[in-house]
Amino acid sequence: MTVSTSPTVGAAQGLPAGRYGMSGLIRSEWTKLRTVRSTMWTLGVTVVLGIGLSAIATAETRSHWTPGNRFGFDATRTSLIGVFFGQFTIGILGVLVVSAEYGTGTIRATFSAAPRRPLVLAAKAVVFGMVALVVSEVVAFIAYFLGQALLTAPAIHSTLNSPGALRAVAGSGLYLCVLGLFALGVAVIIRHTAGAISAFIGILLVLPLIVSALPSSIGNEVERFLPAHIGQAIVSLHTGPRSFAPWPGFLLLCGYAALALVLGGFLLVRRDA
Amino acid sequence: MIEAKNLTKHYGDKLAVDQLSFEVRPGLVTGFLGPNGSGKSTTMRMIMGLDTPNAGDVTVNGRHYHDLAWPLHEVGALLEAKAIHPGRSAQAHLWMLAQTNRISRRRVDEVLEIVGLSSVAGRRAGKFSLGMGQRLGIAAALLGDPEVLLFDEPVNGLDPDGIRWVRNLLKGLAREGRTVFVSSHLMSEMALTADEVIIIGKGRLIAQILTAQLIAQSSQRFVRVRSPEVAKLRVALDQEGAATVLEDDGSLTVRGVDEIAIGELAGRLPVVLHELSPQSASLEEAFMELTEDSIEYHGTSTTSTSESKGAGS
Repeated sequence: MTVSTSPTVGAAQGLPAGRYGMSGLIRSEWTKLRTVRSTMWTLGVTVVLGIGLSAIATAETRSHWTPGNRFGFDATRTSLIGVFFGQFTIGILGVLVVSAEYGTGTIRATFSAAPRRPLVLAAKAVVFGMVALVVSEVVAFIAYFLGQALLTAPAIHSTLNSPGALRAVAGSGLYLCVLGLFALGVAVIIRHTAGAISAFIGILLVLPLIVSALPSSIGNEVERFLPAHIGQAIVSLHTGPRSFAPWPGFLLLCGYAALALVLGGFLLVRRDA
Repeated sequence: MIEAKNLTKHYGDKLAVDQLSFEVRPGLVTGFLGPNGSGKSTTMRMIMGLDTPNAGDVTVNGRHYHDLAWPLHEVGALLEAKAIHPGRSAQAHLWMLAQTNRISRRRVDEVLEIVGLSSVAGRRAGKFSLGMGQRLGIAAALLGDPEVLLFDEPVNGLDPDGIRWVRNLLKGLAREGRTVFVSSHLMSEMALTADEVIIIGKGRLIAQILTAQLIAQSSQRFVRVRSPEVAKLRVALDQEGAATVLEDDGSLTVRGVDEIAIGELAGRLPVVLHELSPQSASLEEAFMELTEDSIEYHGTSTTSTSESKGAGS
């Protein structure tokens, strides 16, 4: 490692016109996302589990096919089973986008470069949201087509023209993306990787267990508000009598994500970095 | 130019910065001196808009940090070493910062060259030594070629070569007319680097003074004298108006008269002298004296001390 004496620090040049803003922050967030390995890992696992597990589950169903299976069989949902494991990996990536900056201290460099913090949060949400959406949709569609191809006769399969099929496939990608944004919002509130991942997984896995332990009069009312339950309704051909219909459920999920992000943004401005 | 007025910050009950007012002027290296935990880092974070003061105000070139149009072009800061994602390369770290403030890729390569990290630019920063981390932090501070620069303990973890390099860099930046604000808990380091020092203790301003003036003021001279007839000499010295202290080791510490006068007096008496040596307190001692009352964490043999996040140096 050698230290050069020249070039010296350049003379102060004139500043660019205007002010730093969203376009620069979005480019910066994209650079951040693609220059750490955790992005490749979480997205890679999303792809492998999403497509691989779906294919295994579908092939398994086909190999044990009996004529009785066709009653109530949801071919679309079966082929998307693995996609739902993406909830965890996409959620973890959403958490890391924020918590890794706090964990490493990079957040102070980020806020020094761009002191308007809500703008930084918005750029993070846009970049992560786009990446999560593209990856989730690609995984969902590949898993779907692969699954339907595996469901050879006598098993029944669906096409995108089948009632509810397109909604279930595209919807499962949307569900992952919005759930990831919710995780990102949770991470802004909690700021620690382990804490935020625990909270996120708690909401996804532990909360349903708690709700199921409640007296059924209350539990049945509460259950449909749970993110995981909303996701099931989106991906299923038929929704249960107490569930939200797919799109209203999805809107509610968007509300959860927006709430977490807005609360996070509020705290971001109030708290010391 | 950095201006702080009555800057106050507390974390819970703990007062980290207490009505601190000072000015950091362009064209000088201004040292920010204080023992660990005296509120230096907290003050720097408030300048950068990262921590919000509970009272008072601080501006950079007359504006709050939050309102700067192109923050990296106006202020550069090294706040903590190795505040980098360990999986990201030095180049990617600088590039993601550069993009926020429309700084070119060429400038990223340029600052890597300036700090001597070009050859490891693509390596994951997690493998960097503390010294390399410091260099990367300095590169980030220089990225936007800003007029105002803040460095929090920049020589930590650097080898002697690196320390000299930082010293020259800071002086060079000030010579170009920039405002250079650099914190340290080492008076000796600041004596070599800073033109002016702002000294704080327990979050309060103790002094803002030109380094040369501080050195002149603080060099308390005294003379150490050894003699087999020390009592006789002492009486005579006291009559001359000198202040004398008999030390445990039998030597006499004399203040108020110089070694020439003592030697001549000894000759007249006459008294045999075994030692006649002029001494001066080091700058470090002067600094210790100044901040003695305000040191938060005295090391003791029985209790361990710890620092809260907010009161870190």
